[in-house]
Amino acid sequence: MNIEQTLFFWQYASAAILLIVIGFYCLLVTYNLFRVLIGLELLIKGVTLFLLAAGVLGGHGAVSQGMIITVIVIEVVVMIVAAGVVLAFQNEYDSLNVKNARQLKG
Amino acid sequence: MLNLALLILLVIVALWTALTPLLLRSAIGLALTSVLLTVIMFRFNAPYAAAFELSVCAGLIPVIFISIISLTHRLPLKEFLKRRESRISRFWPLPLLLLAAAAGLYFVRVPLNLALPWPETIGDVRVVLWEYRRIYLFGQVMVLLAGVFGVLVLFRERKKDEH
Repeated sequence: MNIEQTLFFWQYASAAILLIVIGFYCLLVTYNLFRVLIGLELLIKGVTLFLLAAGVLGGHGAVSQGMIITVIVIEVVVMIVAAGVVLAFQNEYDSLNVKNARQLKG
Repeated sequence: MLNLALLILLVIVALWTALTPLLLRSAIGLALTSVLLTVIMFRFNAPYAAAFELSVCAGLIPVIFISIISLTHRLPLKEFLKRRESRISRFWPLPLLLLAAAAGLYFVRVPLNLALPWPETIGDVRVVLWEYRRIYLFGQVMVLLAGVFGVLVLFRERKKDEH
C-alpha cells in the first residue's frame, strides 16, 4: 500500500471508529433496553465498515466480504434473540428501563 | 469526494439515530445507516456483502425493531417529557466527544499497512466461503440454530405455577 492508499484507508477507519464511539456511548449511558440494541447495531456497523475498508484496500476483498456476511448472520441472530429478551422484559416488568431489573437471581 | 461525503453522512445519520428521543425514529435511522453502508459497499465492489446488508440489516432488522415498538406501550406525555430531559443530560456530551475524536483522528493519521501476505489472491467471495473458509458456513448454521433455540426458549408457553 502506498501513502495515498493508507490515507484513503484512514478516512474509512476514522468513520468506523466514530461509529464505534457512538455505539459504545449509547450502550454506556442508556437505561432503555431497546436503545441498548440500537447502540449494539451501530457498533456492529462500525466493525463492518472497518472490515470492508481493510479487506478491499488491503487487496483481499473476497475474504472481507465472507467475513462481513458471517458478521451479518451473527448480527441478525443476536438481534432476534435480543428482541425476544426485550419483549419478555416488557411483559414481566411493564417497562423497558433496565433499572427495573431487580429479580435476575435464580 | 463522494466517498468522503458518504462517510460524513453515515456518521451524522448514526449520531441522529443515537440522539433522537423517539424509538421509531431510531429504528428508521438505523435502516438509513445500513442503506448508506450498502452504497459504500457497492462502491467498493463488494456486491454480495452489500446485498446481505441491504436485505437483512436495512430490511429485516428494522422490521423486527418496529414490531417490538408496536408491541410495547406508549409512555404518558408527562413521563415522556421527564425522560427526554434526563436523556438530554446524558447524551449532550456525545456530539462534542465525536467532534473531538474526529479532530484527533484527522490530525493523528496512523499510517496503517494492510497489505498482508497471502498465498494467492482470491477474487470471488463464493470461492472463499465454499472452498477456503467452509468453517464460517458451519459457524453460521450453528449460530442460526442457536438463535432458533433461543427464540423457542423465550417464547415457550409458561406453566401456571411458573413465575
